[in-house]
Amino acid sequence: MVDPGSSAPSAAAHRAVVRDSLGVGIATGLYGVSFGAVSVAAGLSVPQTCVLSLVMFTGASQFAFVGVVAAGGAMWSGALTSLMLGTRNTLYGLKLTPLLDFRGWRRPAAALLVIDESTAMSVTRDSRDLARTGFVTTGLAVFVLWNLFTLVGAVAGNLIGDPRDYGLDAAVGGAFLALLWPRLADARNRVIAVSAAAVALGVVPVTAAGVPVLVAGGVALLAGVLTRSAGDRTELPGP
Amino acid sequence: MTWLAILGAGAGCYLLKLAGVSLPARVLDHPVVERVADLIPVALLAALVAVQVFADGTRLTLDARAAGLAAAVVALLLRTPFLVVVFTAAAAAALVRLVVPGW
Repeated sequence: MVDPGSSAPSAAAHRAVVRDSLGVGIATGLYGVSFGAVSVAAGLSVPQTCVLSLVMFTGASQFAFVGVVAAGGAMWSGALTSLMLGTRNTLYGLKLTPLLDFRGWRRPAAALLVIDESTAMSVTRDSRDLARTGFVTTGLAVFVLWNLFTLVGAVAGNLIGDPRDYGLDAAVGGAFLALLWPRLADARNRVIAVSAAAVALGVVPVTAAGVPVLVAGGVALLAGVLTRSAGDRTELPGP
Repeated sequence: MTWLAILGAGAGCYLLKLAGVSLPARVLDHPVVERVADLIPVALLAALVAVQVFADGTRLTLDARAAGLAAAVVALLLRTPFLVVVFTAAAAAALVRLVVPGW
């Protein structure tokens, strides 16, 4: 392992990180077109859709917000769901900060770029310089393209007529499944996922639209706390 | 109202990111924090898949969206990129509706 920041990585290593980061950035940014189309299909205007991508800038939360609204849920339940999903970016930030060590104005600017992809392209590097290159290149590429293609999708979505004819309502379920898929490699996550889906569907008939997803989030909170008490028995007593 | 929710949720999501790059990293040392933070996206995304596909407001339904989801599973098993998965789900549902109008 290279000590972070001690030796300059080779120019070739640098180029490889930039190339990989741009590839991820382009692939991710392109699917902003599906967010834009789904969002206007949910009833949001083109400016509202674009502001979501600019300010919220975290795909799963954005899809959740418009998904809940499209299903007839209250705005507040859409907002709450997007915030709950946004908590994982807090976790990413905690892991990234010692590695990237941004100071001053760069820290609040970098915060906006903390998303799944920029984190993934950064935390695996073995020097600070390469970690920063991966983070900034991926983050900026996704930010620029995601916002550009959100606008393209929103404008196109407004022009095509009934979104159901194009299966856009089914596209949202596919998008969530694709975001969930990599996490299903873990056995405990599969149990949580099936339980959460069952609980959500179970309460659909008795709660307002949007609430079932929040109830499922509560299941995760409960599971997190309960599995701790079961798994910590062998731990040494600590402060 | 819509603007308020959009700006509120957007600002909130940014503040969650800012908290992550501002808080001391030892917050992560607490096992419950890390576990809950890992589980919440899994539970929410799974619930969103279920509700987006099998619910219509407060009713449980089975329609063309289920075909879209099945197609998305196949696309994911074939390791296609995100955009292809989303497009496949939409195309499958659209195709089913073309054959069975109103489904």
